[in-house]
Amino acid sequence: MKEALQNIQRTADELIAKATDAAAVDELRVRFLGKKGELTAILKQMGKLSAEERPVIGALANEVREAITADITRRTKELEDAALQARLAGEEIDVTLPGSMPAVGKRHPFEQVLNELKEIFLGMGFDIVAGPEVELDHYNFEMLNMPKSHPARDTQDTFYFTENVLLRTQTSPMQIRTMEKQQPPIRIICPGRVYRSDAVDATHSPIFHQCEGLVVDKGITFSDLKGTLELFIKKLYGEDTRVRFRPHHFPYTEPSAEMDMSCFKCGGKGCSMCKGEGWIEILGCGMVHPKVLENCGIDPEVYSGFAFGVGLERIAMMRYGIDDMRLLYENDLRFLNQF
Amino acid sequence: MRMPINWAKEFADFTCTPQEFADRMTMSGSKVETFECEADGVKNIVVGKILSIVPHPDSDHMVICQVDVGAEEPVQIVTGANNLKVGDLVPAALHVAKLPGGKEIRKGKLRGVESCGMLCSLGELGLTVHDFPNAIEDGILVFDEEWPVGTDAMHALGMDDVSVDFEITPNRPDCLAVRGLAREAAATFGVPFKDHVPQVKPGHGSVESMLRVDIENSDLCYRYVGAVVENVRVKPSPRWMRERLRLCGVRPINNLVDITNYVMLEYGQPMHCFDYRYVNGGHIIVRNAKSGEEIETLDGVQRSLSGEMLVIADEKAPIAVAGVMGGEHSGVYEDTTTIVFESAMFNGPSVRTTAKKLGMRTEASGRYEKGLDPNGCRRCLDRALELVQLLDAGDVVNGVVDVCTQLRPERRIPLRPEAVNRLLGTELSREQMIEILLPLGFVMDGDDVIVPSDRWDMERDCDIAEEVARYVGYNKMPSTAVRGVASARPTERQTFRDSMLNMLVGCGMFEIETFSFYSRKCFDAVNLPENDPLRNALVISNPLGEDTSIMRTTALPSMMDVIARNYNARAAECALFEDTTTYTPNADPNQLPTETETLMLGAYGGKWDYLALKGVVEALAAAARISDIRFVRCTDGTSYHPGRCAEIYVGEEKLGIIGEIHPKVLANYGVKPRVAAAELYMDVLFAHRGGTPIFTQLPKHPAITRDLALVADTGVPAADIAARIRKGAGKVLEDLKLFDVYTGEHMAPGKKSLAYSLVLRASDRTLTDKEAEDAVERVLSLLREINVELRS
Repeated sequence: MKEALQNIQRTADELIAKATDAAAVDELRVRFLGKKGELTAILKQMGKLSAEERPVIGALANEVREAITADITRRTKELEDAALQARLAGEEIDVTLPGSMPAVGKRHPFEQVLNELKEIFLGMGFDIVAGPEVELDHYNFEMLNMPKSHPARDTQDTFYFTENVLLRTQTSPMQIRTMEKQQPPIRIICPGRVYRSDAVDATHSPIFHQCEGLVVDKGITFSDLKGTLELFIKKLYGEDTRVRFRPHHFPYTEPSAEMDMSCFKCGGKGCSMCKGEGWIEILGCGMVHPKVLENCGIDPEVYSGFAFGVGLERIAMMRYGIDDMRLLYENDLRFLNQF
Repeated sequence: MRMPINWAKEFADFTCTPQEFADRMTMSGSKVETFECEADGVKNIVVGKILSIVPHPDSDHMVICQVDVGAEEPVQIVTGANNLKVGDLVPAALHVAKLPGGKEIRKGKLRGVESCGMLCSLGELGLTVHDFPNAIEDGILVFDEEWPVGTDAMHALGMDDVSVDFEITPNRPDCLAVRGLAREAAATFGVPFKDHVPQVKPGHGSVESMLRVDIENSDLCYRYVGAVVENVRVKPSPRWMRERLRLCGVRPINNLVDITNYVMLEYGQPMHCFDYRYVNGGHIIVRNAKSGEEIETLDGVQRSLSGEMLVIADEKAPIAVAGVMGGEHSGVYEDTTTIVFESAMFNGPSVRTTAKKLGMRTEASGRYEKGLDPNGCRRCLDRALELVQLLDAGDVVNGVVDVCTQLRPERRIPLRPEAVNRLLGTELSREQMIEILLPLGFVMDGDDVIVPSDRWDMERDCDIAEEVARYVGYNKMPSTAVRGVASARPTERQTFRDSMLNMLVGCGMFEIETFSFYSRKCFDAVNLPENDPLRNALVISNPLGEDTSIMRTTALPSMMDVIARNYNARAAECALFEDTTTYTPNADPNQLPTETETLMLGAYGGKWDYLALKGVVEALAAAARISDIRFVRCTDGTSYHPGRCAEIYVGEEKLGIIGEIHPKVLANYGVKPRVAAAELYMDVLFAHRGGTPIFTQLPKHPAITRDLALVADTGVPAADIAARIRKGAGKVLEDLKLFDVYTGEHMAPGKKSLAYSLVLRASDRTLTDKEAEDAVERVLSLLREINVELRS
């Protein structure tokens, strides 16, 4: 009987090692370990053994069972591993093939720039307001300290519908509308389309976009204007950017200034971008004229404020190196896709 | 405004390089655009004296000159000119000289004779006979003044001064004059301002007996000062005057005209002179034009005048349009013997209106409309008379006629240092402020600042603050952060707009920006019927051209333009959107129109067709959490394909329209592929947006799926079938999908097949097969009512 057991183990070892797939291994498990298997058949004959032999043969039978089980487990694992290896090898692909990109569009370049501006100013506590593009002369000029005969009106060639209705030449009317509705503190930007009768060329368009800002509160100073706009430009163009303010004139601010920034291309050494000056004119600004505050029912003895305006096309063109404004309105996909 | 630096130096003794001048003037508020010196780049041209002239042996039109140029030896120069004689002083370009304009001169041989340079003509020096009236155009320029030989010719020609071009803002008409700019320069460089008080020497006679002036409209004419000069000697003005005029961009004419221009440039005051012969009755009347009156202006154009225009007239007719231009007839010519000088002040807005109406903006009108100083009229006239005497241009008649209706009163601004500091964020003392104001011509009287009468822009604290700030230096002032707590966030509407536009980007569409105005022809291009209300558009009264003359009422033409452009650029596929504004006129043209924010979508090529674009609209609605969006067939559109167009509704409100573009419209734009487009009202989208979503438990019970293959008449809309399925299945219907639509050879004519997949589930229990069967049965019975059957 002992021999028979050893025989089973030897045969099982051989056959398991030769098995080439999971099914064959399973067949062998049934053949040797199953209820009707060879080992069970032997164990059924245990009753015929003497009391001395029984525990010895019993122990041996258990050993044989464990050995075969272990064999089967090991072989099964070997076969699974081999099968997985074969599968992985067969599934190799060229990982450098082009990916299948989802079709995604893009925002217009100056909408992208505008979003950046909005983020910066929201972070600085400015709300965003919008208003009508077709405006009353009253809001576009009169309330901004530019009565009908004002010579400064000539610098803003205006499209009119009637004597009193026009296309706004600036987004400043929204500043007036805001100040009429809201008592200080006021901190807003108003981006939007503005219109001037300039023929289309590489640097002019009868339609362009401005982003104006207004701060009105007690104790607002020219120094605050400087600090705020410096911070804005540094956030937009980087910490190293330097700015300078030059005296200028706008009818609706006093004192007024133009702000230049150090050329982002050459850092101020002078290049073709800044026409050798090292500075680039970037925005107009000033302290809100007390007449404008008075027009809106705000007491200039109590409150003061500053306002500024920046052209979005200009910022977008400088940022992306676009040399012709017309491209922005032609909307050629080959252009739009670049940003 | 162009100004020669040397002219300004007569008023202020500053020394600096032109670059320093430009930089410092810009930073103190007088912005320098450019500066240039005619002599820049010019090299090696000197004053030479002709020592001898002998004929060229091999040429009958050239001569050989020995020229003393201040060197040890004379130089030999061959020239073709025949206007020279021994002793003439001429500009000689020596070996390796550079002429104005960059041309280089080297020695060489002319027909075998060595020439060590070139004698220069006016043209070669970039000059004209207006600059040097005594020179001849086709010969060598001969100096009419004595200069030491060897002198730099640029200096002798007055071409070495620097002309600075300023950008003068409209609030500073005083800086449209050398005197005003010099005052700024004096303050900028911290040197005294040396004002000039004109001195007129006694003449003869008395002006009262010759000239009478009446101002009939004192609202439009504040002051009129006139003087008479007899025995005028019309001739070229002297070199220094011509030179300065030239550097200011003004062409020298003759001494009298040049004097009026010179005074205007120096003091800012436009001047005029009339021929006394043509001032009938020696009587000048400043009055409104009479309707029907005409005048031929100095530019030779006959102009019709109207009642609101102010004219200078004599007893018979207008002789000038006040503040704009003089009359041709009464101008100064060679045979003029007696003249009347005018230095007057007119109402700026009136001059502006008149000039605009006559279509003639002149140097004078441009100045008047900015508001000049009537207080300065007399000084300017005196300056003109002083120059007449200096130039010996005529004999001044004693006295002036000065009719004055309105002078500027003395203007005082209380100096409030605390208000100035409060505005600037500075801590300057009263004394520091006064130190800045005095050099600018302000006078202190106690606590009051007295404003110079030509600084009418100065009104209150903030104006004082600007003067102080620009002379402290804008960039020397502190930079501070705005105090106070700042909190801001976009409004819900702004966030919504952004999320909609970003959704479109995610759907593969590109954002475009188009003009808000277009041509009326665009309505024809998109095939709008003649009586379509969209044809009622706002009309710009002064458009750039017909192409941009009306405000858009629909953005479809703008979109089609861009689509056509990209199609012509051979883009195979194109999907675009724009957040547009459209403008609906108000019944009252003096009221604002309605501006509507409309999302305009357009696409062709690739996957893009009606259904693909409809999917985008559905995606937008889903993103806005709008569930009750409906598409209703629209067959009466003319811009859209009548069989492929739907009006879109949310609930009962119209959200917009979607469809394929009508083939006629495509043809108008020369676009071949089908184009799908949609117009959606952003306000409607926003108004119907869903609120914050509330979580529903994930299903705990299994679902049952049933597929239904249905046969329907082709005319039955899928939306109707889906509505009946929803109604029939009731609340156990969790999801419904149409997964196949088929018409074709396997279907009976007029029939289509639709295959739906229904997911049925109850949230509180496991749905039984029986319940599912019942639900399907209810669906089928509702469908049978519209002749939709299960496919057998």
